[in-house]
Amino acid sequence: MSFPVLSSLIALPIVGALLLLVVRDGDRHEEVIRRIALVVSGLVFAETLLLWAEFDAASAEFQFVERYAWIPSFGISYAVGVDGISLFLIALTGVLTPLALLSSWESVHTRTRAFCMFVLLLESAMIGVFVSLDLFLFYVFWDAMLIPMYFLIGIWGYERRVYAAIKFMLYTMAGSVLMLLAIVGLAWLHYGATGRYSFDVLEMYALTVPTNLQFWFFLAFALAFAIKVPLVPFHTWLPDAHVEAPTAGSVILAGVLLKMGTYGLVRFAFPLFPMAATFFAPYLATLAVVGIIYGALVAMVQPDLKKLVAYSSVSHLGFVVLGIAAMNTQGLQGAVYQMLNHGVSTGGLFLIVGMLSDRRHTRAIADFGGLKAVTPRLVAVFLIVTLSSIGLPGLNGFVGEFLILLGAFTWDPRFAVCAATGVILSAVYMLWMFQRVNYGPVTDEKTAALADLQPREWAVLVPIVVLVVLMGVAPNLFLRPIEPSVQRIVDRLQEAAPAAIQARDHVFIP
Amino acid sequence: MPAGINAIDFYYLLPEIVLTAGALAVLVADVLLPRGSRALAWITVAVLGATLASLLPFADTDVEVANGLIAVDRFALFFKVVFLVSAIMTVLMSVRYLEIEEVSPGEYFFLVLCATLGMMIMAGGIDLITSFIGLETMAVSFYILTGFIKPNQRSNEAAVKYFLLGAFSLGILLYGMSLLYGLSGSTNLHVMASVFAGQARDPLLVLAVILVVSGMAFKIAAVPFHMWAPDVYEGAPTPITAFLSVGSKAAAFAMILRIFVEGLPSMTSDWQLLFEALAIVTMTVGNVAALTQSNLKRMLAYSSIAHAGYLLIGVVAGTPLGVSAMLIYLLIYTFMQLGAFTVIVMMRRADVVGDELKDFSGLHVRHPVAAFAMLLFMLSLGGIPPTAGFMGKFWLFRAAIESGYVGLAVVGVLNSAVSLYYYLRLVVFMYLKKETTGSEPTASPALALTLAVAVAATLVLGVYPRVLFEVAEKSAQTLGLGGAAAP
Repeated sequence: MSFPVLSSLIALPIVGALLLLVVRDGDRHEEVIRRIALVVSGLVFAETLLLWAEFDAASAEFQFVERYAWIPSFGISYAVGVDGISLFLIALTGVLTPLALLSSWESVHTRTRAFCMFVLLLESAMIGVFVSLDLFLFYVFWDAMLIPMYFLIGIWGYERRVYAAIKFMLYTMAGSVLMLLAIVGLAWLHYGATGRYSFDVLEMYALTVPTNLQFWFFLAFALAFAIKVPLVPFHTWLPDAHVEAPTAGSVILAGVLLKMGTYGLVRFAFPLFPMAATFFAPYLATLAVVGIIYGALVAMVQPDLKKLVAYSSVSHLGFVVLGIAAMNTQGLQGAVYQMLNHGVSTGGLFLIVGMLSDRRHTRAIADFGGLKAVTPRLVAVFLIVTLSSIGLPGLNGFVGEFLILLGAFTWDPRFAVCAATGVILSAVYMLWMFQRVNYGPVTDEKTAALADLQPREWAVLVPIVVLVVLMGVAPNLFLRPIEPSVQRIVDRLQEAAPAAIQARDHVFIP
Repeated sequence: MPAGINAIDFYYLLPEIVLTAGALAVLVADVLLPRGSRALAWITVAVLGATLASLLPFADTDVEVANGLIAVDRFALFFKVVFLVSAIMTVLMSVRYLEIEEVSPGEYFFLVLCATLGMMIMAGGIDLITSFIGLETMAVSFYILTGFIKPNQRSNEAAVKYFLLGAFSLGILLYGMSLLYGLSGSTNLHVMASVFAGQARDPLLVLAVILVVSGMAFKIAAVPFHMWAPDVYEGAPTPITAFLSVGSKAAAFAMILRIFVEGLPSMTSDWQLLFEALAIVTMTVGNVAALTQSNLKRMLAYSSIAHAGYLLIGVVAGTPLGVSAMLIYLLIYTFMQLGAFTVIVMMRRADVVGDELKDFSGLHVRHPVAAFAMLLFMLSLGGIPPTAGFMGKFWLFRAAIESGYVGLAVVGVLNSAVSLYYYLRLVVFMYLKKETTGSEPTASPALALTLAVAVAATLVLGVYPRVLFEVAEKSAQTLGLGGAAAP
């Protein structure tokens, strides 16, 4: 048997967290604790790179699969594997976690050990979500991930952190419990069809779910994912969580956690219930487009930097959902690519905002101004990340948005047209923010005294900039492994499309 | 059926006999031992341990003994293990508590053993008379234990309240039982089942079912028969509250399953309907009321009401799967609930009661282990993986779905999302608040042991529940079949 790569990816951060338990907490050991955590997350990242190197890009199948019986009487197993869609999300988790840890080097000084442990446990749960091939296992990781995030927001956050932490937890739970029932329903259905319980997603793909049940199951799954994404009108937890979370929390939240929602749509909700998906796709797309425009408009008027970035996430994730709803190769491929882009760009933005607020102890746009003269290097990086977020050609954001709009246009031009206004709006609010923060005269003497990037901060931002450029100029490096897996899902959806259109009139609308 | 006992029956009643003899020994030892000796507690634990060991020969037994008065089967066995484990943990957490409250422990431990005996008889009883005697033995012991801290006004109030309402509910239960006897001509559940099997629907029988359901609903503190629970839970000595919320509830559930699944299968649709309504109301009211509590014991009282609602899902499903889900959840609930109460007991000091939420402010600084344990129990009670509570709830909801009670499952999961709010509130106090002015917990070896067991069980059953699931499935299968008569 070959080396259990994926299990070791899940286990490594947990081992690291347990290792931290051995080290005594306290100021004197702070440096040791941080280093251990950083090394562990660095190892995880190295292993994700190895995974990518070993990954067979031409195959649509799940690779590195491991399967062990867990609760055999109910067909529950520990089953993990990666395909082109999850591969890069794991890698993204691998990149962002050490960066998040590094970013908190100066800003987190209370209960450092617990902080590092929670970040590592979170990483383990996030990887678990992306590699699970068993629906039950997926749900366990999906829920388990809430606990460390809850603490990261609740302990190390800003003023209203407790409120934000609880809101985050309750919103996510309220959405996901119904998904749990749908999962049980699926296993029960599998039992009815084959005489054997199963939670294996591959066996579920082979299962034909009755049309009326697809309707309910899809709703249950989609609600859980829509809250996570978040789609308007389920997005109200997001600004609170983002604004109150510490920088590391915001980075992981925006960079990885939100992707779980869109990943869930791609991996589970759409391919498991293709007929219901076809039926609901226009509605999802409508919500997505509303989110794109609404998020952009709200972002435009935010006086708070973090809130602005938070609302820009709502807008950008709308693009991802639109790409998924288009249900064609370009759209889905763009959606997957945009998930990565958003992780890198928005992660980068939160890192920069964190650096600014660490320096100035404020996040209000009005308190800044004229930064360009004071911290030219920071502003240069800020500019690159901002442009990437807007979707400037040559940088990463462009590729994803272009593919999504292309996919949406071939499906239904109306959505593409509306979504395209979001591209313009995003340029408006981002550039306007950038202008107010960085140009003009220095309005505050405290701003004038700010230091430019430190070596540690360079270490945080350089990987982001490299990724932004790399993903912009060489998208095929990433798109090629993604394509076969995406194609498989598209084929499955297209197959069901004629039946779905037929069923639409008979079943869904009585 | 003539009642009478053969010599061989004594063999099958060995665990009960060991426990009774042990209880008497504890009474005697109390007189002989010097005042203030802790040995009594360890003797009590030894008695319970011996009883647990005496269950071993019956691991695969499935018989009816004493002319159909009592069943010795795996279903009863599972419950007996739950009772004994929870009794042991209760005794262990009582040692320090009694010293702080300055109560002489002699009768206390005796009564705990008596209550356990009552529970064991309830689990085995397949005759209304046997069940009722078990119930009375348990209830009377608990009435006294609730008011055991004599100088404490709230403890007294709780005892009186519990006694009066308990007596009233027992009256209702007895009325229902007498109707059942009148209609069937037997108190034996299996005879009753065969008599009712061919009969047309009788309104009197429906009345009997309603009365018995009401009487039992009181014991499990199901809404609207729950009014006593918060006051009694708050007033009673903390270890007794723990025992009451776990042991007494489990025993009542055992009796419910015996009476309804074994005795009244012909009325299934009627009692299922009643229990379904009870389950929905109980879960919802329990959780909503718990949201605003500032006293932890009261909060856990309402949470335990809500948990009775979840457990009722297993009864409603009525299938072997439902029963096994309930068994699983009961065992898991035992560990997480008793664990939470252990931490509350740790907070009790001579001058501080330590059961207000604010007493827990910043607990992680003062006692990281206790805070972590409490966090684990709260997550488990709230049903978050990878804790045992999640596995238990998952199994219950699965049972509901497979029996076609999807609506019930939906209400259940939504409730469990709501419940997170108040479980997390305690976590907010322990971990998230900046002020650390709460009270200091103290530990003793006995408390540490209890806590360790509860933590280990909550984690292990959350990650590797397979063995428990298989045992519970086997145990559930013996219910309702009616084992062979003893040779």
